[in-house]
Amino acid sequence: MKTLLRQLGGRAAAPYLFVAPFFLLFAAFGLFPLLFSIVLSLHQWDASAGLGAMQWVGLQNYWYALTDPWFRSSLGHTFWYGLAAGLPQHLLALPLAYYIHRRLKRSRNFVVGSYFLPYITSSVAIALIFSTLLSKDFGFINLILPGAPRDWLGDADYAMPAIAFVVFWRYLGWNLVLYLSALQVIDESLYEAATLDGAGPWQQFRHITLPLLRPMIYFAVTMTIIGSLQLFDEPFILVDSESGVAPAVMTTAMFMYRMAFSYGDFGTASAISWLLFLVIAALSWGNHRLFGQAGGEHGR
Amino acid sequence: MPKPFHTALAGTLLLLGLWSPLAQALTITVASFPDLDRAARAALPRWRALHPDIEVKIVSRQYADHHTAMTAALATGSGLPDVMALDLRFIGKFAAGRGLSDLGAPPFQAQQLRAQFVAYSWPQGTSPRGEFVAMPADIGPGTLLYRQDLMARAGISEAELTGSWEQFIAAGIKLKAATGAYLLADSTDIRDIVLRTGLAPGEGLYFDSQGRVLVDSPRFVRAFELGRAARRAGIDAHATAWTNDWVAGFRRDKIASQMMGAWLAGHLKNWLAPASAGQWRSTQLPNGVFASYGGSFYAIPAKSEHKQAAWDFIRFMCADAETQLQSLRTLDSFPALKAAQQDALFDEPMPYLGGQRARRLWREIASQVQAVPVHRLDALATDVVRAEYELVVSKGKDIPSALADARAMIEHRVRRP
Repeated sequence: MKTLLRQLGGRAAAPYLFVAPFFLLFAAFGLFPLLFSIVLSLHQWDASAGLGAMQWVGLQNYWYALTDPWFRSSLGHTFWYGLAAGLPQHLLALPLAYYIHRRLKRSRNFVVGSYFLPYITSSVAIALIFSTLLSKDFGFINLILPGAPRDWLGDADYAMPAIAFVVFWRYLGWNLVLYLSALQVIDESLYEAATLDGAGPWQQFRHITLPLLRPMIYFAVTMTIIGSLQLFDEPFILVDSESGVAPAVMTTAMFMYRMAFSYGDFGTASAISWLLFLVIAALSWGNHRLFGQAGGEHGR
Repeated sequence: MPKPFHTALAGTLLLLGLWSPLAQALTITVASFPDLDRAARAALPRWRALHPDIEVKIVSRQYADHHTAMTAALATGSGLPDVMALDLRFIGKFAAGRGLSDLGAPPFQAQQLRAQFVAYSWPQGTSPRGEFVAMPADIGPGTLLYRQDLMARAGISEAELTGSWEQFIAAGIKLKAATGAYLLADSTDIRDIVLRTGLAPGEGLYFDSQGRVLVDSPRFVRAFELGRAARRAGIDAHATAWTNDWVAGFRRDKIASQMMGAWLAGHLKNWLAPASAGQWRSTQLPNGVFASYGGSFYAIPAKSEHKQAAWDFIRFMCADAETQLQSLRTLDSFPALKAAQQDALFDEPMPYLGGQRARRLWREIASQVQAVPVHRLDALATDVVRAEYELVVSKGKDIPSALADARAMIEHRVRRP
């Protein structure tokens, strides 16, 4: 071992050797696919023909994706899910975290655990449970709802809200835990001082809690933006890809997958992934303008 | 290092050296998916007896995973098996590249075997370039499976089910009124079968031999109209095949018939609806239609290093009557090899179908089916047509504009350089 180390440049090389495994793994599984997908997005490639069949097409794949009606409609669906599932997550998680933090003492861990459970449940289990609950002829939801049975997962008008609900249900607990952890580090003396000054619970929430939570809101909303725009699991497992309604509930990430693995067009699929990246980057930047700038400036 | 360790190491190396001739016995890898993998496993004891020098390793993945993994393997050229099982619907896509061996060319010369197979199965394994890339193992002659008890209760005769499409839909209305059951799992079942009717020779489902898009032809108009009529009549359960609702529909006597490959009878018997044994019957598809549903094939990747052994294995699975019959017994799959169809097994009554000798009927259907050429964009065209159909039946979009949109969409994709 010693001789090997000496051959490689002595003690000076040791730190590099220690960090090398990470960089090697990152290069192989992180950096290379990233760069390769850029190359791929500039080529037309029928995967079943092997690597030799790649043809340079420049930016054509990007243009092709942008002019594709399904790409545009999938972007629309993705934004719709982002708003319908993402916005309520925060609007509910924030006050809920505040309530749990201020009011619940003994039952807190149990309550937080219950909300968090969907987040760690496997997608397959969620798909099974919800497709059973939402079944048109045999489902529990239709059983308790009055009126004609609704085709929850077979009609786009119902399927999109149903999917948005599952996403909301799944990620509410995650945001709750984020906000709760941020609330726990707010100095209790601030609230005591406010109480002495005669501030009520709403004023305390509005003027102490919210401003101090701003960095966490920034982080949580960023995570939701990224997660929403990459949404794949829930619509993919709830709506059968063979059914005619599938394209009507398809997100951009699903379209990308289909482009590659159903239609065999890996070049366009890569171009779509980079277009999606641009959208995510733009929205994250907007979110930074909105919530991020005052991050950490407690005294403002 | 301690001495005993050296001794052990030397001993192990020596043993490995002694065993190496055995360890080098040829092993071929067969990538497959359920249930087809069971047929291969069941055939292994006979294979070993016939080919003691060739080991067969079966790697099985779930249906979708298998075809995704094979796409990735062909793309990168690594992780390829020697024998690749393929479902019919993936042949068009896989054959578009040059990743599969042409089994019609030397050294395989598969054409010599052609006469032994059901006529329509051979073109199914042929690429648009005319290379024969996939050998048929089992086929799916199309049949109408129906619940005889429910039909009897509604006073519906078999002739009403197999007459015209209008008669079929009328029978569905009668059935719904009398029993509350749906005649169809989904209105798309009618659409898909009418799409497959009346094709000109050489014409594919969505593209003609010149690659022109056909989706606004009268065939599609008729298919959409009949599907919409079935939906409006309220005789379909809105249940896509293989979903929970579909399975529950059979188990709770809510779906009274299904048009599909004859192999569905095996699925019904084994897991879909074992409780309704004896109540199902098989008959011809309505309106005198002959069609086929699915089929399993075997291919050899062009990069396989053991092509001869792989070819031996494929011939053993597909062109050996005894193996084909064993697959039939194991899976209820329908043999593509004509010799296997002459077995006495075909004359046996089938208890699940109330003692019907249905395999004779299926053999007859198989001999009548016409092959439909495949196109590399069939999967895409299928998705587009399905989406437009959905707009027609649930959003009231008119059929000519739905088909015009479908055409524009498919042409947008086809027009790639």
